[in-house]
Parts: sequence; structure tokens; C-alpha cells
Amino acid sequence: MCLGSKPTAPLVWPTTPEPLSVPKQDMTDRHPLRHAEALLLVAIGGLVGANARYLLSLALPGLGGTFLANVTGSALLGFVLYEATGTGLLAAETRLVVATGFLSSYTTYSTFALETIQATPLLGLTNVLASYALGFGAVYVGGYAAGLLEER
Amino acid sequence: MITDPAYLVGLGGAIGAVCRYLLGEIVPTGSFPFGTLTVNVLGSFVLGFVTFLGIGEELLLLVGTGACGSFTTFSSFSVDTVQLHEDGLSPRAIAFAIANLLGALLAIGFAWLLAEGVTG
Repeated sequence: MCLGSKPTAPLVWPTTPEPLSVPKQDMTDRHPLRHAEALLLVAIGGLVGANARYLLSLALPGLGGTFLANVTGSALLGFVLYEATGTGLLAAETRLVVATGFLSSYTTYSTFALETIQATPLLGLTNVLASYALGFGAVYVGGYAAGLLEER
Repeated sequence: MITDPAYLVGLGGAIGAVCRYLLGEIVPTGSFPFGTLTVNVLGSFVLGFVTFLGIGEELLLLVGTGACGSFTTFSSFSVDTVQLHEDGLSPRAIAFAIANLLGALLAIGFAWLLAEGVTG
């Protein structure tokens, strides 16, 4: 752990933490209408997330916009996924629209990689190291914040 | 009106997110997050290709910033890496973090070669 103190509960992740994976496989999830609903929620989240990232890139030209989106998005995803195992107040649909839709679209790996390759070697290397270090650290911060929520 | 950046980025973003979700359903999720790695490498290739091809500002907002930007993800990548580490699989976490970077950079390099070939 990179934090001084651990959350009261150990950092336990959902059994299927990947926003990529299908939430839960049961009969209702296999229903075509249920699937269509999931796609719609992901699309709405993606629409808003991409625009949020675009606006941030306009406000912070260069590497800064993508960097800030990736770090803040990692913290929020850490929070949402850890919240699922702890308090579990958010509905599955909310997590789909927020995590798989919004946050996964708000953050980006392709633009991060392209901006890294187009920067000077020193700036590119700094971008990779800073994005990785702060991105991973942000997941712990998000998980820690969700742990605090659990205590209430 | 329809070429307003918010519409282009938003439409591309919705398409990219849905494609990532659908791909996540077919890529097997075992002890290694192949889904995230696949979208990040594939999306980086397409972004590099359309960028080097010079497809114009509006198409770049739709396909590049919108679709490729949303199809690939840094937040899931961070969470996947941290989770592997928390599961006691640190070597695998390091391999995953490096594979995403090398895969994406190589894909962009390959896209550049291909775009050079197409445009002559």
C-alpha cells in the first residue's frame, strides 16, 4: 500500500472488477432487453465522458488534459468499484453508466500513448512515469475514500 | 450544427464505449485482463492511423478523440494493474503495465508505417 494507513476493511475488490466484463450472468442479464438497456447506459456514459475529456483537453492543451483526466478518472473508478464491495449503495445500472460508460471513456490510453510518442523523449518518459505512478496511486485513494464511507 | 465538436466527440464516445463493452463480452476474462489490453492496443492503432492519415479535423474529433479515446481506457487499466498487485500477482501486474505501454506504442508505430504506405 502506498498510503500511510489502510482502510479499516482490507482492499477487497469485486469478484468481477473489470468494467469490461458483463456485470452478472443470470437469466435476466441474458434477456435481449436487458442487454439493450446495458448498451444504452454505456453509450450515454460514453457520450458524456468523451466530451468531459475533450473539454479538459481544450482547457489544458498539451499533455496536461489527458494526464488530469486519467488520474482523476482512476481515482473515481477506484472509488466506485470499491464501493461495490463495501457499502454497495449504488445500483448495478448506476455502476454501468458511471464506471463502464463515463469513467472508462473519460480516461483514455490511446491519446496518452500518442501524446507520449509525439512529445520530446524526456517529456514522454515523464508523462509515462507520472501517469502510471499517480494513476495507480489514485486507485488506492479512491478505494480508501470508499472505505471511509463504509464506516458511516 | 451537426459538425459541432460536442456532437462529433459525443457520438464517437458513445460508439467507442459500446464497442469496448461488447468486446469485453467476447474476450475471456481469466487471471489476466486481456480485455483492457486488447482495447488499448487496438484503439491506439486506429488513433495513430487516422492521425497520420490526416483525415481532417471533424473526422478526427469523431473517430480519434471520440471513438478511440473512449474505446481505450486508462482508469480500467489502473484498476486492473492495482488489482493484480493486490491479489499478490505483482510480476503479472508489472507485465500487464509494460504490455499496455509497449503494445500501444508499437501499434502507433505500425499505424505510422501503414499510413505512410497508403499516402505514399
